[in-house]
Amino acid sequence: MAHYDSAMALSDSDVRHVARLARLGLHEDEVAPLRAELETILQHVSAIAELDLAGVPVTSHPLELVNVLADDIPIACATRDDALANAPDRAGDGFRVPPIGA
Amino acid sequence: MSWEAVIGLEIHVQLRTETKMFCRCPNRYGDPPNTNVCAVCLAHPGMLPVANRVAVDQALRVGLALGCRIPARSKWDRKNYFYPDSPKAYQISQYDEPLCAEGSFTGVRITRAHLEEDAAKTIHIGGGDGRIAGSGASIVDFNRCGTPLLEIVTEPDLRGGAEARRFLTLLRATIVATGASDCDLEKGSLRVDANVSVRRSGDEELGVKCELKNMNSFRFIERGIAAEIRRQAALLEAGEPVLQATLHYDPASDSLSVLRTKEEADDYRYFAEPDLVPVEPSPAHLEALAAALPELPLVRMDRLRAAHGLPDATAESLALTPGLADYFEELAALAGDARAAANWVMGEFSAHLNASGSDPHASTVTPARLAGLIALVAEGAVSSTGAKQVFAAMIDDPADAAALTERLGLGQVGDTDALGAIVDEVLAASPAEVAAYRGGKVQLIGFFTGQVMKASGGRADPKAVQSLLRERLGG
Repeated sequence: MAHYDSAMALSDSDVRHVARLARLGLHEDEVAPLRAELETILQHVSAIAELDLAGVPVTSHPLELVNVLADDIPIACATRDDALANAPDRAGDGFRVPPIGA
Repeated sequence: MSWEAVIGLEIHVQLRTETKMFCRCPNRYGDPPNTNVCAVCLAHPGMLPVANRVAVDQALRVGLALGCRIPARSKWDRKNYFYPDSPKAYQISQYDEPLCAEGSFTGVRITRAHLEEDAAKTIHIGGGDGRIAGSGASIVDFNRCGTPLLEIVTEPDLRGGAEARRFLTLLRATIVATGASDCDLEKGSLRVDANVSVRRSGDEELGVKCELKNMNSFRFIERGIAAEIRRQAALLEAGEPVLQATLHYDPASDSLSVLRTKEEADDYRYFAEPDLVPVEPSPAHLEALAAALPELPLVRMDRLRAAHGLPDATAESLALTPGLADYFEELAALAGDARAAANWVMGEFSAHLNASGSDPHASTVTPARLAGLIALVAEGAVSSTGAKQVFAAMIDDPADAAALTERLGLGQVGDTDALGAIVDEVLAASPAEVAAYRGGKVQLIGFFTGQVMKASGGRADPKAVQSLLRERLGG
């Protein structure tokens, strides 16, 4: 993971990399505006870096809960037809998707 | 130039539970496609995962069996990637705070073992050979999607294919003993990836590693690793670089093909899963899980060695097959002779099980019956060769060893009168050899013994024969 702690300067290739990871097809003329927008977001978040957070554990959610676990007992599933009802495409009993890795 | 291979393994184990990792759809292999699915595992919007208590316990059992440290707290993370087998576009896994931390198993360091969810199964159609490249479409079955998976990662402590195979064999037996998984390679409930690199012997720095994916038998894993070591050593020998890649091993041609090269490091953008809370196993809970574990294969191996004086290889092979080890221990106790019991169990008895496909305790040759046969051999009432025939007969005949020995006419002729008569006949028939023996060719004792054994139909006790011969020949 890249760190943007001080300068917040993003390069065009950072923007293209993030777009690729998100499977976004960007036009060349979209890169520069998005870079500016992303830099604004990072600057906003970077306010946190000004605080002394040593000793503050990373928080993934605000709840003081641990060990929320479910018993291992099956409950009724969706029917296959319900499951497939929203599929963009189906083939027999399965979800049909475009060929992978083409 | 001599080369050293450095191998680390990533092992995925499907855990034995009734339901999936984060929803309560059945976790069952072989059901019709897309019948064990719900809004959670199909990633419909707004659905929330809840972790499976039994899956956590199964993972902890394995961690304890592998000598892992169990941290006071572990948490869940999202591993982001796009693939049709992962409908959320991320996998819930554990990144920096795994359930099971560093451990050690058979001298190989375990880096970690963490819980995650399995992906769906995709079948590629329309491309001719079922492989991904050039296929027309993929069909997705989400039954496996979201089922609990334990990923075990080792340090690069293994040095060859055979060593990796032995490690995996012991690991599998141990996990099976904990009850956490059936570890069936064919059904995919155990999957192994190997990271292999090669360096000059004596070098500290590691070479470039390649990853061998999804080999489906321990034998092929051993051969695949060996083939990869040869491939890399040949490249280095020729002064060419090894390029980081993911490889597929084809056992039929004993060769490797490149699935993909790593042009860019994987970027999964892990972050803490906000939909799940941390897991903090209490010390009391861990103690209870540890106390309930059965005797594990490595412990049993040591005990078999110490208690019965078995050689390493025998102890290991028995410890890997619990049913056979139980049989052995019962037999050794009844027969009072662990060495003889081990010889029978590893030899004739195992051959009989292999031939009949039977389970040790389902065999008609019970420990009590076999102990009876061992006693007859010890008394000298049947020769060891004869005993093998008696054993073969015992499989289909419920009579005891003594009765079968009698019926087959294999009773050893031990009494001096009967044996003496045979000895006299043999000596009378070979005057030249008798003269030669008395003239100093004492090695002819072997010839006479052979003749007597033959004349007795193999039933004579060779020791008794030799002592009678020496007596008669005035030795």
